[in-house]
Amino acid sequence: MLITDELVTYLEALGRIKLPEESRAKAQSDLQEILQYIDTLSELDTEGIEPMSHALPLTNVMREDIVQPSVSPEEVLLNAPEQKNNYFLVPRSFE
Amino acid sequence: MNLECMTALELGAAIKKGEISAVEAAKFSLGQIDKYDKKLSCFVTVQDNVLARAEEVQKKIASGEYTSPLAGVPMGIKDNMCQKGIQTSCGSRMLYNFKPTYDATAVEEIMNAGAVPLGKLNMDEFAMGSTSETSWFGVTKNPWNTECVPGGSSGGSAAAVAAGECFYALGSDTGGSIRQPASFCGVTGIKPTYGSVSRFGLVAYASSLDQIGPLASNATDCAAVLAEIMKHDSRDNTSVATKGINLDAVMNMEVKGMKIGIPTDFFGEGLDSGVASCIESAAKQLEAMGAQIEKFDMPIVKYAIPAYYIIASAEASSNLSRYDGIKYGYRAENAGDLLELYTKSRSEGFGMEVKRRIMLGCFVLSSGYYDAYYRKALQAKALIKSAFDKAFEKYDLILGPVAPTTALKIGENLSDPLKMYLGDVYTVMINLAGLPAASVPCGFDLNGMPVGMHLIGNYFDEEKILGAAHAYQQVTDWHKRRPTGLDII
Repeated sequence: MLITDELVTYLEALGRIKLPEESRAKAQSDLQEILQYIDTLSELDTEGIEPMSHALPLTNVMREDIVQPSVSPEEVLLNAPEQKNNYFLVPRSFE
Repeated sequence: MNLECMTALELGAAIKKGEISAVEAAKFSLGQIDKYDKKLSCFVTVQDNVLARAEEVQKKIASGEYTSPLAGVPMGIKDNMCQKGIQTSCGSRMLYNFKPTYDATAVEEIMNAGAVPLGKLNMDEFAMGSTSETSWFGVTKNPWNTECVPGGSSGGSAAAVAAGECFYALGSDTGGSIRQPASFCGVTGIKPTYGSVSRFGLVAYASSLDQIGPLASNATDCAAVLAEIMKHDSRDNTSVATKGINLDAVMNMEVKGMKIGIPTDFFGEGLDSGVASCIESAAKQLEAMGAQIEKFDMPIVKYAIPAYYIIASAEASSNLSRYDGIKYGYRAENAGDLLELYTKSRSEGFGMEVKRRIMLGCFVLSSGYYDAYYRKALQAKALIKSAFDKAFEKYDLILGPVAPTTALKIGENLSDPLKMYLGDVYTVMINLAGLPAASVPCGFDLNGMPVGMHLIGNYFDEEKILGAAHAYQQVTDWHKRRPTGLDII
């Protein structure tokens, strides 16, 4: 698997990040090296093995649907970088 | 009273007997921080209400409200656990100003036991790293040699305990982040079984692997902390009700008759000879104490790192998508529209290692690559779990090194991420399998840097791991050695 400049741009877009111009080349070669190592996994025979997301046999945990106190809007907004009238403030997203 | 050589349980007992007050203990720890932390940078934040809390705790010990053997003992909390009103930065610029409005369950539980928190401990950014060098707040130094890293990501927690700045600390372990710094700093640390300590209020890195645990100066201190925080929590859907920890069971455990397996694949290429010889001596010591030691093959070891970095990065890329510059945390200035606000805030807020893992995670989850990488890694995880299941049919515990080397020099691996990842070879598979495992001091290399042995147990066998570690610590004194050069640095 070759990490091309286009793929780096695509991954930046997926992750909503932008690498600083001066570290792009290094990031590309680091990702290439990491992926090359990760590719050793393809040697492992996994035929017929069920993928496992949790090691412990946990199933969906249910609880009664009871109304419980939640945090207040004031508390929710305590860490907001910008707010107005008890709402999060964001730049205009529709013209 | 010489507090410098005291364990958390010894100090707790002295406070209970009235030989020393919680306030005096807190003053001592604040003094230690004053003396050493400028050089070591273990703490990101030192709380300003420490003495007031100590006074409150002292009163509640007197009134009988706090009965824990740890009540009044000063401690530290890794900076990825929410504590109401206290900056919880996760070592990142992204959360440089974040003050949670609630306590993490583990914090709540330890506070209910009468803990006196001194502050928040430094870590690799979002717990991604094995050196504590990726923190936005600077590099923590190893108390044994300040030119070396303390390990990571719970580097601040391990270094603070080793330097005597606090009597125990809470850390978290996603791929070795408690055990590896414990090994590098010569302290005892345990990652309990996945689900046994609530993750509610722990800033998420890779949710299927993250687990909170203690770092302390010996196995019984770790057991005492675990006894307080290992409780079922309905706010964490992966929380498991366990039988808890019985301190007496840990203290009375005998190694005699235990069957301990050593995977031969842990002793392959890349393992330092200094580390290997310490682990071999520890095995001989355990054998002399009556354990039956046996070697066995575990060839799946070589696939642990690829599987881990796929799964952890995938989960990280998803978990970290919550940082948008809107609800909390860092927000970039002068963003034109919403997308630019996300991208600018995240690009300026996250460091390089976090960006790398987000991109890797996006890659392994992206269409066309999902089956070859993410699905394959989950299959490898299943194979790793069944290899351990098979081993535990035969053995009580598994023994090996925690890390292939002792603490590296600062900067040595920072520019070579793959080399840093390879150092996690022994620890990541434990998280993939969800097992409990401890790092226990078992010697020093030729440069005088500490070495930890890895004691791995079956699911919910924390008592057995810590019991064996305690028995070992009754006949060895590696865990009692303290860095000597601290006062002259």
